[in-house]
Amino acid sequence: MKTAVVRFPGSNCDLDVFHVLKDVLKLEADLVWHRDFAGEEYDSVVLPGGFSYGDYLRAGTIAAHSPAMEQVRVMAKEGKPVIGICNGFQILIESGLLPGALLRNECLAFVCKWVKVRVETSDTVFTRAIQKGAVLDMPIAHAEGRYVNDPEGLKELDENGQVVFRYVNNQSVPSEDSNPNGSMDCVAGICNEDRNVVGLMPHPERASEPILSPFSNSDGLRILAALRG
Amino acid sequence: MPIFTVEVIIENKKMARDPEGETIARELVSRGGFSEVKSIRAGKYLRLHVQATDSEEAERIVNKMSNTLRLFNPVVHNCTIRVRGETE
Repeated sequence: MKTAVVRFPGSNCDLDVFHVLKDVLKLEADLVWHRDFAGEEYDSVVLPGGFSYGDYLRAGTIAAHSPAMEQVRVMAKEGKPVIGICNGFQILIESGLLPGALLRNECLAFVCKWVKVRVETSDTVFTRAIQKGAVLDMPIAHAEGRYVNDPEGLKELDENGQVVFRYVNNQSVPSEDSNPNGSMDCVAGICNEDRNVVGLMPHPERASEPILSPFSNSDGLRILAALRG
Repeated sequence: MPIFTVEVIIENKKMARDPEGETIARELVSRGGFSEVKSIRAGKYLRLHVQATDSEEAERIVNKMSNTLRLFNPVVHNCTIRVRGETE
């Protein structure tokens, strides 16, 4: 399994993801500039966090029209694992590979803190080794992470089991006080209908080594480990 | 061929809360004594100069561009296009 970490102008979590793939998971991985990305050379792809194109117009919108996203679209169709983290999630949404929208946090602030997310389904390429209901500690760092969809879209996601992660409190229950950005239904991450494209706002790459976690765990690694294939 | 000024306004639909507009209304305008202002929605404003044969064509071009390039996210945004006339 060879993984590409695609860098856009303004990506800034690319090196963190690359470090986890190379040094922690010991995977074959490349950092690839978005103009040079050839999807057929890779078995999976990570769209890292950051501020692609300065978040101009709307987070992820401009990167969504990069030629690299055409490649990602083909990979997604072929069933290859695709994961978008934070700005990568915003890019997946704006490219139409995932449904809905990510808007400005309800509290207006850039929120940077550790959160708990509950795994809502094991039926995705990235969560198949994690038990449904498991709660993971991961940090978030974003200003535009409020997941919004229309009532029909939200219902469809729920019925298809496409909500992959929800923000939860210490009792493992989604609640207003556990919701850091005003996301509808406390949605922190979703997948496509084919379950191989996953987007999430929390940063698994920043929670992949015990030394980086205030809880001394490596919960994020459980998600990225899926890239072992 | 003439050049037209076209405005594109992107704002959240009613179902998608607009914390920026709410905050401007509550913390600035209302506190500033303008109680007549009952609500504010913040949005995105783009002013384009578009070469076209007439204003209808200018509007058609911008409409197509807004949809093709997803200048707005149809799930949460309304997009208004206004042709302001020929640019001097």
